[in-house]
Order: sequence, then C-alpha cells, then structure tokens
Amino acid sequence: MEKQNNQEYLTAVQAAFGADVLAHEEAFGMLNIEMTPNRIHDAIAWLQQHQDLSVNYLTNIAGVHYPEAVGREFAVVYQLHSWKNNLRLRIKGYLPKDNLHIATITDLFAGANWMERETYDFFGIIFDGHPDLRRILNMDDMDYFPMRKEYVLEDATREDKDDRFFGRNNNEL
Amino acid sequence: MSQEIKDILQAADPANVATINFGPTHPSTHGIFQNILKVDGEKIISSEQTVGYIHRAFEKLAERRPYNQITPITDRLNYCSSPINNIGWEMTVEKLIGVDIPKRVQYMRVIIMELARIADHLICNSVIGVDAGALTSFFYPFSEREKIYELYEEMSGARLTTNMGRIGGFERDFTPVFHQKLQSFLKTFPKAFEEFDSMLARNRIFMDRTKGAGPISAERALSYSFSGPNLRAAGVDYDVRAMNPYSSYEDFDFIIPVGVNGDTYDRFMVRQEEIRQSLRIIEQAYKNLPEGDYKADLPDFYLPPKADVYNNMEALIYHFKIVMGETELPVGEVYHAVEGGNGELGYYLISDGGRTPYRLQFRRPCFIYYQAYPEMIKGLPISDAVLTLSSINVIAGELDA
Amino acid sequence: MGKIEDLETINGEGYQLTNLDKAIALARANSVWPLPFATSCCGIEFMATMGSAYDLSRFGMERMSFTPRQADLLIVAGTISKKLGPVLKRVYEQMAEPKWVLSVGACACSGGIFDTYSVLQGIDRIIPVDVYVPGCPPRPEQIIEGVMNIHELVKKESNRRRYSEEYKHLLGTYQIEIDQHGEAK
Repeated sequence: MEKQNNQEYLTAVQAAFGADVLAHEEAFGMLNIEMTPNRIHDAIAWLQQHQDLSVNYLTNIAGVHYPEAVGREFAVVYQLHSWKNNLRLRIKGYLPKDNLHIATITDLFAGANWMERETYDFFGIIFDGHPDLRRILNMDDMDYFPMRKEYVLEDATREDKDDRFFGRNNNEL
Repeated sequence: MSQEIKDILQAADPANVATINFGPTHPSTHGIFQNILKVDGEKIISSEQTVGYIHRAFEKLAERRPYNQITPITDRLNYCSSPINNIGWEMTVEKLIGVDIPKRVQYMRVIIMELARIADHLICNSVIGVDAGALTSFFYPFSEREKIYELYEEMSGARLTTNMGRIGGFERDFTPVFHQKLQSFLKTFPKAFEEFDSMLARNRIFMDRTKGAGPISAERALSYSFSGPNLRAAGVDYDVRAMNPYSSYEDFDFIIPVGVNGDTYDRFMVRQEEIRQSLRIIEQAYKNLPEGDYKADLPDFYLPPKADVYNNMEALIYHFKIVMGETELPVGEVYHAVEGGNGELGYYLISDGGRTPYRLQFRRPCFIYYQAYPEMIKGLPISDAVLTLSSINVIAGELDA
Repeated sequence: MGKIEDLETINGEGYQLTNLDKAIALARANSVWPLPFATSCCGIEFMATMGSAYDLSRFGMERMSFTPRQADLLIVAGTISKKLGPVLKRVYEQMAEPKWVLSVGACACSGGIFDTYSVLQGIDRIIPVDVYVPGCPPRPEQIIEGVMNIHELVKKESNRRRYSEEYKHLLGTYQIEIDQHGEAK
C-alpha cells in the first residue's frame, strides 16, 4: 500500500468530520488541524481505529495560553504519530477562558493520564471524564495555574534581587 | 496480567495489607520519588506515585530566555546525557530558521550524541547491578565513564552540564587532544565494557533476580506512549534515529535491538546492545568524518570570535544583537524529536517572532512512561519493584521538568 | 603505635597525652558517615566522587548512611523544591547530634539558575548549613574540598556544641526545638 501523506489525511478527516474541521495548515512539514473542541475525542478515536490512517501513538499533549485572543484564550494541542505512514499530526482545540472543559482521551491512550494532569496543573484546563484529575508537579495547595501568562516566573520570597535597576518593576512580568 | 498475579491479588487478606512509603528519600530510588505501596507481606497489591519533588519550572523559564540561553536549561533535563538534549534543542531552532548544516557538523554531532548515549546507558545498567547487590558493577564502568567526561571537557569545558554546541554548529572544532582521547577511548572501551558485560549478562544470580521483574507487554507499553530502550525491551523496534533520521543518521549502519518480555533483564540487555551499536556508529562517523567547517554560516545566531568583536564593526553588531536577543525570528510552530537516552525527546516550540519562545514544551520520555510503574510492579515483591525502578531509568530532572 | 602528629600532645617514652576532646574530634573527623540527599544533577557528580576515580573512601567516608539516625553529615546535592523542603527538614531533624550539613551546588546554596516559583531559594532558609560548595554542578575535586572543610570543622568544634546557647539560638531561628539531650524534638 502507498504511504499516505498530509493531504490525504486532511481530506479523510474533512470527509469524516466536515464542519468540525475549523482550520488547517501545514507548518514545517507537519499537518495542523483545528477542530471543534468537543469533537476532538471522537476524531482521535476515529483516527486510531482507521485502517489506513492508523494513528497509533500519542506523542504529547500541550496547553497554550493566548491571553489576547478573546473567546479562544486556551489551546489544547495533541501531537499524534502514525507509525504505519510515518506521519506526525497535530490536532488543536481552542477553549474560551470561562469554559475550560474538554473530553479526556485516557480511554484511548493510557499515557494521556499524566499528560492531561500536567496540562491541568499548568493551565487549569479540565479534562472531563479523567479518572484522577489532580495537580501533579506542583504542590496540592497551590492556588493558581503557574503557566498562564499573567503569573510571574520568579520566586516572590527573594529579597536579594532588585529588578528596578533593569527597568523592571518587581511586580510586573 | 498473568494468572499467578491474579491469584496473589485475590488471596490478599485486607487485614494483612500494610501501607508503606517507598521514598521520597530511599537509598534505591536514585532521586526523589515517592511511592505509597500497599503490601501483603512482600507482595505489592497497589501503589501510587507522587512526583514533582524537583519541579523547576523549565517551561516557564524557557518563556523568559532568548533562544541561545535555553541550551543550559536543557542540560538539566536528563543530566546523564546532556549533549543529546543540547543538540536536540539546537536542531529545533535550526529547523525553525531553516538552515543547512554542514555535513561535518552533523557527523560531529552524531559522535557526541552517541558518546552521551553510552554514558547514559552505562549509568543505568551499573545501577541495576547495584540494586541487585553488586557494587563492583558500579565501580568498573565509572572509571570508563570518566573518559567520556574528559571528552566532553575537551569540547565544552564542563563535565556534566555541558552546554555543548551552538545554534548552527559547535563552539570549536575537535581539538587534537580530543582526537587522541577519542581514539584511545575507542580502543580501550570495548574491552572494559565486555568485562562489565561478562560480570552481569550471564550471571546466574543476576538473571534470576531480573528475569520477570517488572514486565510490560508491547500493547500496554504502546498505550502508555513508551519510547526508547524500555519500549524496545517490550519488542517494538521504534527508534527516532531510524524512523525520522536527523543529523545524517541515515548514513550509518546500526541495528535496533529489541527484547521479548519487557522485563528488567530485557531492558538491561537492550541497553547493553545499544552501547555496542553506539560504538559502531561512532567508529563509522569518525572514520568518515568529512572535511569542512565546524559551524554553519549563520552570523545572526552564531557568536563571532572575540578577536573580531574588538576589531570589526560588523562582528560587534552581531555580537550585540545575539547577546541582547534582538534577532529576527520566523513565526511558527515546530516539533522536533531526537532519540534521547530514555526515548523520544521532543521539543514543541511556538514562536511568535519575539526574542523568547512563546511556548516551549519538552516531551520528556521519563515523565510519560513512569506512569506505567504501578501496573508493572503489581503482584511482585518489593525487591523487584526496586529493580524495576532502576531499570526504567527514571531521571528526576527529566521527570519533573 | 605511631604518634599522632596533628594534635597538641605531651610525649614521653611509650605514651602520648592529649585532650580527650581533641582525640575524639580526630576520630570523628576521619569517620564521618554521610547521608547523601542527592536529588538531581549534582547527585551524578556526587556519584562520580564516590566512584573509583575520586574515591571518597580515602576520607573514611565510603559508608553511605541512608538512614538519618546513623548519619553525621547531610550532603544536600541538587535542587530542593518547595514541595521537597519539608522532607529535607524532617530528615535533618531525624539526624542525631553531632551533625553537619554540606550544601553542594548552586541550587542547594541559593536556588542557582532556577529563580522560579517552585524552587526553594537556598536550603539555608530551612536548615542551618556548615559548608557551601558552589558550582553548577561542582566538580568532584570541589566536593572533596567541601568535605575537607567539614573535617576541619569537626576537628575544631567542641563535643558539647549541642548544649551551647549559641547553637540553641541558631536552631531556634529555624524553628527547630531541641530537648535536654540536644536532639531535635
């Protein structure tokens, strides 16, 4: 069988999910597909079971915060890999900041468990149906989601650093 | 799950079940991880991990650093094989800016990365020996490992956190001392390594201890997104070097060893064979090392020599722009993966054209496969859990980011 | 038996007299049992220090004590995050007197390059430190120098250090209370 390429993947996903494919582009040789968030679980399940497309490996899940994009502040990015066709694929869903819910894919890939917990820990995105959605890297009693752009990186308890001399106020980014 | 393990779990009497803490500080965790085990006698009924004890916020830190200042952060991911992390990051940036890397640089990178792989696998395998009760297997390879450190020192000045290379190539060419030390390493290492191998590989006690300890099936390993030696020990021949060759790996002849049962013994043997294959790759790359420059022509990213900075206006401007992070960068999203010591080490970089990455995510193989640990040790004695933990080679820096 | 050179002694035919304190201190200094609290990169360099090339057993320190109760020297090598801080403090409190602390590497000394929300900016915020070894990571030679500095301290310090007001005050600044035997409660 011929190996499938990006175009064929896109055509197949578009045929199956029609209007739920919101946008697509090819960036540095990798196909990016933006979908309606609540259809992503089904799309990944469909890709996983598809005979020819055969997306069998979940590479990683990443959250991204775009504070300026109103109505689509948070993105969840799934990077998948089809070994049969040696093709990598990126599926994205954008969520508004007041409704950070997306379906878990732990039922499809066992490895998604910690990846989703990490995304929750960093960005506060809630994966519905996740068996154990708790913080993973940070302390349980942390009261904010540190990877969001509005929070500072630096440790707030340090006294020996004075950033005013570098043109920065200690309280801003 | 085998019938035997099912029987053990069923026979467990709730009155006999004890809860014990394995970690955070435990001599055999080799790093700080906590596992809360529920045990019936010696048999583990269930376990739960706590991670994040050395969470250092790499990803947030990377959003505040210019591209060339991120290389030192990557050092501290998997610190047993820092050069692979460094070079993987440099290749990610090169992919973003679209630059052709000279063949010589690619071969030099292969040599350095394979040396790092040897160093990484040596530490893991010698520690498996220690946890099985054989301290000699730690002292023997460590004197050889020092020689790899000496090679790093020739190229970067540092032993462990190397900050090796630059975007576009290396900071310096292989020095005469490097050539001499590499040649002597290639001559003496195989003998010492085979001696180490003969201590453990067919050792009756070692085999009895490691066979059947912490097995995982190929299907489960795939579902958990395993990669690297741990996946290959389960019998799946996925290797980024072969699947998506980078840095001219397609030029070299090497085999990808696979195991059968995915247990501790198979993981040990896969790593041992990979060390031999890495040596083969180094020999091939060193023999065919092309002539040419040790860096790409990339004035926007590669710091000019200090003498030029003082005497040449153009060099001074580039120096200033690089140090201040004022370089023009394309906008876009890149994913680049290399085969790290523990598996697929990926960099997902989102650039908005600014001086720092908009978002940089590390795909850290340790973090992804460590979640399968409770499943691997279920129904086994605690001593097997210790061996399993050291054989899946969980590196705390990579695990906790 | 040879004479012990580096002690102030009164020597005579077949005997040597010294202060009991000093003899004990000498014995202690050459048999320090370390507890390696190795978390990250520095831990690997500490392994190299233990290994055959640098050989920590030359200093009577090859016996790693992983139980705090039997350890004399706490070697903190690597980043300590805020999540790990309480664990480290508990380990320190569990150690029996006399005890010393060696902080290895930039992270343990000051947080190092990780000036981030999750990292403790130096272990001296939670436990007292005797010797700091800088470097990211320090080379084995540096770690050995730090160890030798600890030996100097061990030789000079009084056996009754734990009962001194100064020591009690120091521990008090870290909110560590001690009982009448000088042990942490």
